[in-house]
Amino acid sequence: MAILVVLAAVGLAMAAAGAGRADPMQTHGFIVLLFSLGFLCVLLNGYFAPEPSETRLESYYDDPSKAGIVIAMAWAVFAMFIGDWVAWLLAFPDLTFDAAWSSFGRLRPVHTTGIIFGFGGNALIATSFHVMQRTSRARMPDQFSPWFVLIGYNLFCLLAVTGYFMGITQSKEYAEPEWYADIWLVIVWVTYLLLYLRTLARRKEPHIYVANWYYLAFILVVAILHIVNNLAVPASFAGAKSYSAFSGVQDAMTQWWYGHNAVAFFLTAGFLGMLYYYLPKRAGRPIYSYRMSIIGFWGITFFYMWAGSHHLHYTALPQWVQTLGMTFSVMLLVPSWIAAANALLTLNGAWHKVRDDATLRFMMMAAVFYGLSTFEGSFMAIRSVNALSHYTDWTIGHVHAGAMGWVALITFGSIYAVVPWLWKRERMYSPALVEVHFWLALAGTLIYVFAMWNSGIIQGLMWRTYNDSGTLTYSFLDSMVAMHPYYVARAIGGLLFLIGAIVGCYNIWMTIHRPSGAPAPSDDAPLPANLQPAE
Amino acid sequence: MNIDHHMLVGFAKSFGLFYLLAMAAAALLYACWPANKKRFDKAARDIIEDEDKPWR
Repeated sequence: MAILVVLAAVGLAMAAAGAGRADPMQTHGFIVLLFSLGFLCVLLNGYFAPEPSETRLESYYDDPSKAGIVIAMAWAVFAMFIGDWVAWLLAFPDLTFDAAWSSFGRLRPVHTTGIIFGFGGNALIATSFHVMQRTSRARMPDQFSPWFVLIGYNLFCLLAVTGYFMGITQSKEYAEPEWYADIWLVIVWVTYLLLYLRTLARRKEPHIYVANWYYLAFILVVAILHIVNNLAVPASFAGAKSYSAFSGVQDAMTQWWYGHNAVAFFLTAGFLGMLYYYLPKRAGRPIYSYRMSIIGFWGITFFYMWAGSHHLHYTALPQWVQTLGMTFSVMLLVPSWIAAANALLTLNGAWHKVRDDATLRFMMMAAVFYGLSTFEGSFMAIRSVNALSHYTDWTIGHVHAGAMGWVALITFGSIYAVVPWLWKRERMYSPALVEVHFWLALAGTLIYVFAMWNSGIIQGLMWRTYNDSGTLTYSFLDSMVAMHPYYVARAIGGLLFLIGAIVGCYNIWMTIHRPSGAPAPSDDAPLPANLQPAE
Repeated sequence: MNIDHHMLVGFAKSFGLFYLLAMAAAALLYACWPANKKRFDKAARDIIEDEDKPWR
């Protein structure tokens, strides 16, 4: 409660400071103030509630996981809607409706932040709480820190997204939020790391299961990346604007060291943690090779750190640094395919379950897309391939093969697996709707990725086609006209994916609110050891 | 001592290679050490069955 009061005071101070200079930070101050007062009300409401009984210590603390999953799905629908809007906007530029807040430059980071941090981040936090307790066989050390992490993290996301609409950005891709939001995230994230370490320290199971290694790498490395890349000097403590501590090519290198490792440790390591827990659990089979999972882990942590410079081919960055990044990117194929192969080989002998169970199929297809997009990524990092692909839609296609095909599919699979476990239901409300979601998501991803492959390669080729007199054959506008049909196709693919997520939300909502079939839903009766795949 | 660009590059290109190889060798040895196999197999099996409450 004291923390919320302090936070409200900070919000008030921010509002006052911003008000003096008519800075957009004023609005953020009010958001922080309202946010903290809102949660203060919730807290005070429960102030006179009876002391929780000691029996709570005999079960895992899952309420933050439940809340995190619901919040993640809300972010998914919001950010996918914005993403699809941006997709239509690129095909039909009038869709900004002449407003500043709805221009491409502001909507795009809302989409990327909403998906990566809102949807992905909340799903990672929620599942990591679930997995770390189960694999450690220990309850979380306290009930305050998980809520602080979850709610504080969402305040960061809220500040980020509302800031973009107002034009607050430090113009670093995937690190757009300004200095005060960044400082807040550091506080939240260090609490998250300490919570994870404290839970592991209480573990009753001596061996630390491999999924925990991936989650820990995600938390630790994201902390390092976030702090270093966001080193900046605010122009004034009463304003949102700040200037990076780095300049020129050093700034670019720091940014892409951050950017690519955000892909590696936010969008890969954490989700591999999910894969290594929920896939074996759902399939009812131990992971194919535990050794391979360890080798893959260290391969990913050693190699990814160096790969970022492949984003800066043909720039002022020294040639050898570019080559270093390219080499490590190619080498990364080994640990990436180790993980993908390990997942698919685990399913060997359980293919009938994959056929019958859409949840498991989500995870299987995620592993396939993980293998495909890591191959593509290594390939695109090669300098001569990059000469064609860079700055074209091919990059967008590659990112979405990873984000939709790998990250979102493994998340949906894990959520469909964990929702019945958390809410003590026998299965999801409707297995048929899980099936519908699977096919919508897969169709959406394929349409999206194929559209972007086509448009990207056409774009790249048009930009480098010369005529007999040695000048460019096509104007930039020609390439824009050629893109149009693919942009429409991409927007349709995104729409299918969005509809799938909405179907998923409905299904999760109904699962939560349908009365449980079990006679006493409150008791902690063990679940069946091997949950049978749903119809 | 004056640390210049050439020195850092030289250090990265020489020592960098060896410490990376050493870390890779350490990870490979740990993962493939025959005595560890039983522990790993048990760890992989153990998560499949849980009783959904913490051990006391």
